Amino acid sequence: MTKILFSEDHEYIKIENGVGTVGISDFAQKALGDVVYVELPKVGAKLTKGGQAGVVESVKSASELYSPVTGEVVEINGALTGDPALVNSDPLGKAWFFKVKIANENELTGLKDEKAYNDFIKGL
Amino acid sequence: MPQPIAELEQRNDFIRRHIGPSESDIAAMLRTVGASSLDDLVTKVLPAAIREKTAPVTGDSMTEHEALALLDSMAKQNKVYRSLIGTGYYDTLTPNVILRNVLQNPGWYTAYTPYQPEISQGRLEALINFQQVTMDLTGMPLANASMLDEGTSAAEAMTLAKRVGGSASNTFLVSDDCHPQTIAVVETRAKPLGIQVVVGKAADLVEKDGFAILLQYPGTSGAVVDYAALAAKAKSKNIAVAVATDLLALTLLKPPGEWGADIVFGSAQRFGVPLGYGGPHAAFFAAQDAYKRSIPGRIVGVSVDSKGKPAYRLALQTREQHIRREKATSNICTAQVLLANIAAFYAVYHGPEGLKTIATRTHRLAAIFAEGLKKLGFQVTTAHFFDTVTVDCGKHAQEIISRAHQKEINLRDFGDGRLGVSLDEKSTRAEVFTLWQIFSGKGALGFSVEALDASVPDQIPAALKRTSEYLTHPTFHLYRSETDMLRYLRHLEHKDIALNRSMIPLGSCTMKLNATVEMIPVTWPEFGNMHPFAPLDQAQGYAAMLKDLEQKLCTLTDFAAVTLQPNAGSQGEYAGLLTIRAYHESKGQAHRNICLIPSSAHGTNPATAVMAGMEVVITACDDNGNVDLGDLRAKAAEHKDKLAALMVTYPSTHGVFEEEIREICKIIHDNGGQVYMDGANFNAMVGLACPGKIGADVMHMNLHKTFCIPHGGGGPGMGPIGVGEHLAPFLPGHPLLEGVGGENAIGPVSAAPYGSASILPISWVYIALMGTEGLKKATQVAILNANYIAKRLEKHYPTLYKGKQGYVAHECILDTRPLKTSAGISVDDIAKRLMDFGFHAPTMSFPVPGTLMIEPTESEGKAELDRFIEALTVIRAEIAKVEKGEWPQGNNPLALAPHTLADLTAEKWDRPYTRHDGAFPAAHLLTDKYWTPVNRIDHAAGDRNLVCACPPIEAYSEAAE
Repeated sequence: MTKILFSEDHEYIKIENGVGTVGISDFAQKALGDVVYVELPKVGAKLTKGGQAGVVESVKSASELYSPVTGEVVEINGALTGDPALVNSDPLGKAWFFKVKIANENELTGLKDEKAYNDFIKGL
Repeated sequence: MPQPIAELEQRNDFIRRHIGPSESDIAAMLRTVGASSLDDLVTKVLPAAIREKTAPVTGDSMTEHEALALLDSMAKQNKVYRSLIGTGYYDTLTPNVILRNVLQNPGWYTAYTPYQPEISQGRLEALINFQQVTMDLTGMPLANASMLDEGTSAAEAMTLAKRVGGSASNTFLVSDDCHPQTIAVVETRAKPLGIQVVVGKAADLVEKDGFAILLQYPGTSGAVVDYAALAAKAKSKNIAVAVATDLLALTLLKPPGEWGADIVFGSAQRFGVPLGYGGPHAAFFAAQDAYKRSIPGRIVGVSVDSKGKPAYRLALQTREQHIRREKATSNICTAQVLLANIAAFYAVYHGPEGLKTIATRTHRLAAIFAEGLKKLGFQVTTAHFFDTVTVDCGKHAQEIISRAHQKEINLRDFGDGRLGVSLDEKSTRAEVFTLWQIFSGKGALGFSVEALDASVPDQIPAALKRTSEYLTHPTFHLYRSETDMLRYLRHLEHKDIALNRSMIPLGSCTMKLNATVEMIPVTWPEFGNMHPFAPLDQAQGYAAMLKDLEQKLCTLTDFAAVTLQPNAGSQGEYAGLLTIRAYHESKGQAHRNICLIPSSAHGTNPATAVMAGMEVVITACDDNGNVDLGDLRAKAAEHKDKLAALMVTYPSTHGVFEEEIREICKIIHDNGGQVYMDGANFNAMVGLACPGKIGADVMHMNLHKTFCIPHGGGGPGMGPIGVGEHLAPFLPGHPLLEGVGGENAIGPVSAAPYGSASILPISWVYIALMGTEGLKKATQVAILNANYIAKRLEKHYPTLYKGKQGYVAHECILDTRPLKTSAGISVDDIAKRLMDFGFHAPTMSFPVPGTLMIEPTESEGKAELDRFIEALTVIRAEIAKVEKGEWPQGNNPLALAPHTLADLTAEKWDRPYTRHDGAFPAAHLLTDKYWTPVNRIDHAAGDRNLVCACPPIEAYSEAAE
């Protein structure tokens, strides 16, 4: 079964068989506005939890994408580079950024489940 | 008794011409804001602790003709020789149709940076022409809309290559055939960033390690060298290739983009922009596609409007300091739009054939000149060249220079027996003959220009002859008659809103009157035609004017010294922080590198601190928008061993005079730091308070805000800094002019010793005309106007921040954020709706997202303020209809603003409001209506697909179908 967790930096990670699919939350895409550019990590890149994994730019802002976990990038979503607007239209679906082989599942305990995340953003 | 003659002389007349509201209007407005007099208002607004009892004395006010006569007597002390010094500055003929209709035309020079693209399509088109000229002539795929000058462009090329290149090396390799001021500006920039600069022969440098190499083509010596093999070698070693070049030369030479350059830049001055003793001029900057997300400066891009029509806008703004702050690619803000536009129009007017003819004539005369010199027995040291011939004159150099001076000609003295002669658009056959006579010391030579013309070949190597076409776009072919050009210029001008149409109430930008009398001296030949490296004895008029201006700025700020070198506010910040850095170093405190910056600061502040090699620590603001003293105290104490500076804007970016400013300065000083004051808001202080007395150690003055230099549609600007006595020794110097800067001067921050010297008379004239009392009154009325707007709009839009007694400074922030929730109306909707009223929007979303910041300045009269207030009042009533559900959120005059003539006359009208209410929401519009040429522009489309070249003509016809 797929589990989805969120970071306080508004990344989500869907976990399946030790591999996490990472993107940004619906709240984040709304805050950014029209996304115009996405920079993805390279396949094979070693990411650390909280470290920079990419960049997402809208017309008005530029934000770093942080990795919610430590691990190695196993796949990136090339479709996003050609059509960054996917981040606005389908953030939790087609607009995933990269897949990461999770090095340490214990790191997941610091992340929020959907309900906790929704409560968190209500307080912002 | 008759009226005294002293009163009839109208000696204060300019004051009331500059200040908008009349005495009776001032009285009425004072009643509205609840003050009994202007002085009373000031006591309510300015903290007592900083208020001057009497205004700093700059002199009595003058009449317009008196001020011009006095300045003319100074100008006449300049001796305008023919300067063949070259070194990056070449004389040029500004086509008169461009001189009068652009450079001397308020429709072009009073416009603002085109952040609101719908009302800026004219100059955006001109700028995209400039980008097209740059791309075509350099052979590069991407160009920006200008830089401040060639020297700072070289420095930007260095940091760009470092950022993007991914090389582990920390060394920047610089060819010794670059202009000396370029090398000096690069060295200044490299030092705080810890970049090693190695200067040497290009062929040797490429053998070394480096992240990039800087070449100049043609070189400062004039030499035209084939660098293709060298560029290939650099590429194989992961060394980026940056090339400084010359647009006129590139009409004949193989462009750097065709022989391996990664970054190409240079000055566009010789495309019709007067020498002006060093500026203002536009530099151009081009790069390969890989650099597009990191290239500095503004880029104009093509997008579409809401009807799908092509429209221009500023693209990829997320690179820039106002968004990315300390992570920005550069601190550059405004560049040199007016001058870039002049250069672009020069290319439009001449077209590719015309440019090629000018270049070929210049080259032929140079080739003939060189051949004659050889006949006269001189050794020409440049084998191949375009316009510059370097001659080894050995021990005869000085006598040749003095013979040249007798003929009122300046040559370049390399100081080693070599002399340089740079011919240009103004050169003639007669001039070449005179030069031969000067070099030889003889009258009769036995040969002539005409005789040599037939036999002398071109001096450009075959492999470097340009074969590719350029400027093929129709724009560069359609406007060759003066009638067509005149109409093209007017056609573009009338698409834009400038100060000659209506008030531009941009907060923090001080869009005040740029009086005609202030502008007139700029194009006087004594100011306009001076070469920046002319001998000082020829520039005594400039020296006198510059010294007087420096002294007056010192008086107004209470600083000990001023440097006029920084070419923009951002450059002033940079020069100021470098000065602070040098001061700490002189005290053995080189490790001080922490720069505290309040969260409300302009984006340039953190971007500048990073450029100066400092580490940014952000301090908090309290709920009233003021610097949080507790947080500042804690952070200053925490970093006290490493504290270098605080950057603070005063009055604050929130438009408030903070009571605690003295305490803020004291906290920094007590912890070993220096206070950098951002002078963007100095218009609220002139004559009333002095930064030097408040505790600031350095402050820049935006002469293009407070002191009347026009914004030029996004440049030029000037950002001189004033400093306390302890910092004066470190003010920036210049390698080519003695006597510039302090005794322990830091390197130059601009290519020219006095930045954009030829626009400094504007500020000089303003200060002279207004006098002590006029300057003070201007500040008082600027404060009155802002408070009048805040008060009158209070019940429609609350003012976000106020001072202790409920007043704002010279600007006010209107809180429009609740309207997003109540009506789905954004700050953009309001800004675009204001266009329908013929107004430029206030500053949007700075310093607080979702709000509007209004700065009316003293120059707007009550009638114009009332018109603006009426517009915002009508808009609030329209929003109320959306709130009540009378109009749907997506279909109302705000959501669909701006309205074009095409909207109004379309057959179909399916909107819940009338055509009349859409296009003519105020009665005065029926007789004088500004129409935006496009509907609202889609920013996302333009950023997702960057196009920075002129769109093909078919793009317009397709959209029309």
